[in-house]
Amino acid sequence: MSGSRDAILGAIRHNHIQGEHPRPAVPLFDQAAPADLKVLFQKSLERMGGKILIPDVPDPMAPVRQAIVKPGPVVSCVPEFEGDMKITPQTKPTDIAPVEYAVLRAAFGVAETGSLCFTEKQLHVNTTGFLPQHLIVLLDPAQIVYNLHNAYQRPEWLQAHYAVFQSGPSATADIEGVLVHGAQGVRSLSVLLQP
Amino acid sequence: MKVGLFVPCYVDMFHPETGIATLELLERFGLSVEYPVDQTCCGQPMTNTGCEREAAKTEELFVRNFGKYDYIVTPSGSCTNQVRNNMTAIEQTDAVKHVRSRTYELVEFLHDVLKVDAFPWAEFPHRVALHNNCNTLRNLRIASMSERREEPFSKPKALLGMVKGIEFADLTRPDECCGFGGTFSVFEEGVSAKMGQDKVTDQLKSGAEYVTSSDSSCMMHQEGCARRMGANLKYIHIAQILNGARA
Amino acid sequence: MTAELHEELTDPHGEQLDHGAASSRPLKSRIAEPQPRGAKIRGNRPVDQSEAANRFMAATEHEAMHDARLWDLRQKRDKEMHGIEEWEELRNLASGIKEHTLSKLDYYLELFEKNATANGIKVHWAKDGAEHNAIVLEILRSRGVERLIKSKSMLTEECGFREFMAHNHVEVIETDLGERIQQLDDEAPSHVVVPAVHKLRTDVASVFAKTIGSDPDNADAHYLTECQREATRPLILSAQAGMTGGNFVVAETGTFVVCTNEGNADLSANTPPLHIASIGIEKLIPGLNELPVFIRLLSRSALGSPITQYTSHFRGPREGGEMHVVLVDNGRSERLGMEKFWPGLKCIRCGACMNTCPVFRRSGGLSYGATYAGPIGLIIDPTFNVHKYRNLPYSSTMNGSCTNVCPVKINIHEQIADWRKTLAGDGEISPVKKVMMKAAGEVLASPVVYRASLPLGRSALRHLPHFMLYNKLNTWGRKRDIPETPKQTFNEWYRKNRKSQEKSQSEGENS
Repeated sequence: MSGSRDAILGAIRHNHIQGEHPRPAVPLFDQAAPADLKVLFQKSLERMGGKILIPDVPDPMAPVRQAIVKPGPVVSCVPEFEGDMKITPQTKPTDIAPVEYAVLRAAFGVAETGSLCFTEKQLHVNTTGFLPQHLIVLLDPAQIVYNLHNAYQRPEWLQAHYAVFQSGPSATADIEGVLVHGAQGVRSLSVLLQP
Repeated sequence: MKVGLFVPCYVDMFHPETGIATLELLERFGLSVEYPVDQTCCGQPMTNTGCEREAAKTEELFVRNFGKYDYIVTPSGSCTNQVRNNMTAIEQTDAVKHVRSRTYELVEFLHDVLKVDAFPWAEFPHRVALHNNCNTLRNLRIASMSERREEPFSKPKALLGMVKGIEFADLTRPDECCGFGGTFSVFEEGVSAKMGQDKVTDQLKSGAEYVTSSDSSCMMHQEGCARRMGANLKYIHIAQILNGARA
Repeated sequence: MTAELHEELTDPHGEQLDHGAASSRPLKSRIAEPQPRGAKIRGNRPVDQSEAANRFMAATEHEAMHDARLWDLRQKRDKEMHGIEEWEELRNLASGIKEHTLSKLDYYLELFEKNATANGIKVHWAKDGAEHNAIVLEILRSRGVERLIKSKSMLTEECGFREFMAHNHVEVIETDLGERIQQLDDEAPSHVVVPAVHKLRTDVASVFAKTIGSDPDNADAHYLTECQREATRPLILSAQAGMTGGNFVVAETGTFVVCTNEGNADLSANTPPLHIASIGIEKLIPGLNELPVFIRLLSRSALGSPITQYTSHFRGPREGGEMHVVLVDNGRSERLGMEKFWPGLKCIRCGACMNTCPVFRRSGGLSYGATYAGPIGLIIDPTFNVHKYRNLPYSSTMNGSCTNVCPVKINIHEQIADWRKTLAGDGEISPVKKVMMKAAGEVLASPVVYRASLPLGRSALRHLPHFMLYNKLNTWGRKRDIPETPKQTFNEWYRKNRKSQEKSQSEGENS
């Protein structure tokens, strides 16, 4: 196998492409960023098929409770909300399969695309991001960045082994272009902006 | 300014009126225009098929015919593209380089070189759909293209806009290739004809009476499809409209 | 099976992005038109794309849906493009970054290997598809894996991976809906992003009825998608290994990135204890500053959505898990040395060139008879087998739309022209083209012979340009009228009306 490694690298060196090809500097393209990113985030999230839950100041978790309308296990990965299924060090990825709702907190959000970033730190078990039928996500509005260039300046990329941008629920249009949510991952995704 | 007129093979054979209109139009601007009678072709059919070696003698003949002119003007963007960007089968002598850099498609010559700002003799009170040949659009950049994020512009529309009474019909897929594609039209006849039929259908839906273009080759293909389909559309080269043709 | 429809499965409305739903209105005819199949493959004989394209177009319902669906994607792409002021700058950057990385590919591959290994990823190197398959089989066998779930990967299509695993008794389950449809129908993907785009919903209903027991009379896309979800989930939960491809590989952090809309790559990677990623060596980019350029361009170019629903970053195995990356060459290092054709390695497999290609939209991706269809296929496929794919560069009008939608600015239409030259130069051109062009070249090089070949007043067919004239089949006239022949050519008009007025100075000059 090291034979193939050396052969491939050797062939690449032998077939080196001609000319100068310097590494371009990539700007952040964030000059036009609005001061309040919440509005743009919401608009982008809704375009991607996600929902924004309306906050309730006296009872912050009320919107989460109200969003849970179907019977079935609820797993919570946030201290603010009590689920009825606990994730322990023994929980296997497949154990999440029967879950109807997972309540998670996103590491941060991206206004440009309505994306939510989860790493293993927020997910506890990675499959809580996509094996449940529905996701309810808490997002601190202070943790919304403007665009993807800003997003990749964040520290999470050098800390986590697994990190995912989830932008709306699972989707497919593989049959005649008809959009269907919940192809393999979650069927719906709701976000509560909550510090 | 000495101008050599190149009349591509299609125009020569099937649409002499386009050649005549081009010649007369250029003369209206006081230019001395000559048509070297021993011209044949720009070499595109061979080059287009990959047969560069087979194109060499035709390219040599082209340079012999047109080497002495300040500008070479032709009512075909596709042939202009061949000369300017693809005439590489022969040694690139100074004469070859001169011919390649001085060959202009009629619309860009009027728009960019002569900078024409009026066609007082022209009047065309009809609803017209404009077709840009793909080489003319994307290689010569005669107009902005829908694929790119760029400021909209169109040299043929700018010129046609100076014609009295003209009305433009909008296509749903204005930049879609019509399927002519040179030798593609015979080697891949099935897809070529289907693309042509779809183009004609789009033109019909736009409510156009006339289709115009700075390339006869695309229109020959489209007109062939339109006739077979029984479509009531007329095809006219832009040179004729700009030269004052009434219908 | 009667899959219960969840109430979320309703059509989108309002501001919501609809990906492609706009063209999803039911077809007028409900008569199930049989699905046209792809190109006929006869060993190493040159693939006849036009023959398969003609059969696809003869299936008018299929052709109409295919064209409308892909054109819809092209328009959605345009809309996204207009939403991003720096679009053309992003394309320049993407092209420059890819060119830079390819110019130092050995350095970046070693850097990735070092960083990924440090994070606990086992990195393997495969010079071709066979070695790739053998490496993966060895990993699976040593861990007793009988069922593998995987997300879509064009590279594994190149490697003939599924067939190989079937021979070796490993069950492979595709988890992308389109790819799963194609797997169940024993057909290759017809498009790099939407693998079953050439199928009508009735075709899918018939495949699913035969394979997963859905109602053969129910061709509702929501129902069919739900059936697949329900049928696949137990397989996902019981698989012992998962496999993904990789869209981008970040050398400086040892990260690889997978983009899907269904979340199926995350399921494949995170549910079983073992994750294997097969990645072509051209997928490298330098660092995290470069990554957003591609993430911003990929889905906008492909589907006209700002980002894929899932953009997943893998930098190391999870606790208790195992992660392998197989870096595959399969002709790429050789392509790097092809002066005209190395820029094809910049491709990020977005499929925008296919969506915009007027030939592809009317032919169907399977007509190309190769792993890669459409414009990018025309310039990549001959690098795998120049004889078998020698006709493909002719399946183009060279209109240049592909080049201008390409997010990494591959000069696709110029490379198509270069391939034609290369093929003709290497004798890989069909005899009929060669004979016609040789004759045309000789006639057009001589004004005397040329003029003599244009006798007026005979049948119109005689007046067709030479490449048509020499084609005895008269393919021009099959669906098009032949132009009327005027009384005289321009040349004759000029000689008669103008030449006499000219001074005789030019008479002797042109011979």
